[in-house]
Amino acid sequence: MVGQFLAAVFGTIAFSLLFHVPKKYYPWCGMIGGIGWVIYLLIAAKTGPVEASFFATCAVVLLSRFYAIRKRCPVTLFLISGIFPLVPGAGIYWTAYYIIMDQFQNAMSKGYETCKVAVAIVLGIIFIFEIPQSCFRFGHQKDTP
Amino acid sequence: MDIVERIHEKQQADEKLALDAAALAGHILLESGAEIFRVEETIKRVANAYGMKGEGAFVLSSGIFLTEESHKHGFYANVKHIPLSGVHLDKVAAVNQLSREIENGMHTPAEALEKLNEIKSMPEKPKLAQMLATGVGSGCFCYLFGGSVFDGMTSFLVGCILCMYLSVVGKRKKRTSKIVVNITSGMLVTALSILFYLCGIGESLNHIVIGSIIPLVPGVAFTNAIRDIASEDYISGTVRIVDVVLVAFSIAMGVGLVYTIFSRMVGGIVLW
Repeated sequence: MVGQFLAAVFGTIAFSLLFHVPKKYYPWCGMIGGIGWVIYLLIAAKTGPVEASFFATCAVVLLSRFYAIRKRCPVTLFLISGIFPLVPGAGIYWTAYYIIMDQFQNAMSKGYETCKVAVAIVLGIIFIFEIPQSCFRFGHQKDTP
Repeated sequence: MDIVERIHEKQQADEKLALDAAALAGHILLESGAEIFRVEETIKRVANAYGMKGEGAFVLSSGIFLTEESHKHGFYANVKHIPLSGVHLDKVAAVNQLSREIENGMHTPAEALEKLNEIKSMPEKPKLAQMLATGVGSGCFCYLFGGSVFDGMTSFLVGCILCMYLSVVGKRKKRTSKIVVNITSGMLVTALSILFYLCGIGESLNHIVIGSIIPLVPGVAFTNAIRDIASEDYISGTVRIVDVVLVAFSIAMGVGLVYTIFSRMVGGIVLW
């Protein structure tokens, strides 16, 4: 689990560099990515990848908004990097792989699952962004963006 | 010249500069990968700060239309086509910061324009850093999605080579079609992974490929598409969703093509 966490942290930081996030935000981006991934793993072990993606996305968006207010910068910086581990890149691969291997049953179920994961992420993002900004201001002075 | 007329002219010039600044701020945000509502908000904020309404801003994922009508000074219109030039979140942060400062009255329109031009020409990360970051990203994600540490190292190598390929393609004078870039990248990654795998570098071919295609996965477009649709910018959101689906499909095609060719070549024997 520690190894997974570290890999997620460094993977996220690597991508935040590629997206030109300012250097001072790397640690926060890494933390958000790492925490999101650990939550995904913990929930996926109990239920399935779809539910896990939903809750992990919620956590990532909550943390991103929290830090965005604290650090006075657009939430996009943290969100785009932090959500990267959850985007179903592997799902796309397995779907294509099974199609090529003529295993259509597997391809169907994997493709379907990938779509469900994408929808779960969509819902996670949309719901958490409906929470009013003021809820994230606790313990912080008023004049922030 | 009459002094009243001169003041009038000065005001007019200032208004034009202010609206230019607003449009440029929007331009930088849009091409650096910001959401539509953030672009509209920033344009409005800058225009308001200089005493204009800024309500005539209409933003799509590939262009900004900005008009302003004032009874004293006539009309202003600005239409620009803005292709996405790669994700630059540092520019988004900088423009956001600047727009707050403008709102607090810290810059004249001319100063603001100058600052915006500085932001626009912010340097890219050095190529070597980009290459290493792509490699590390690939390696880490390979490990996350179930590969071993050894696979991760192979993915690191493939990722580095992928980054070199992408920067070579990016340098071409004629803009390469996104579909072609992604199909060929997918093919390159898969071919390299098979090559390394056959040489005994790496243990699980699937995981090496998964890790190495992650830098191509359109995570930014996906996130922005969702946020655009959530804020009811349906046109831009739909365009971005189409982009995401196309890119994902292209990557899968690239990977699939090489796998198919390879398994035909070795007589249909599945090696992994």
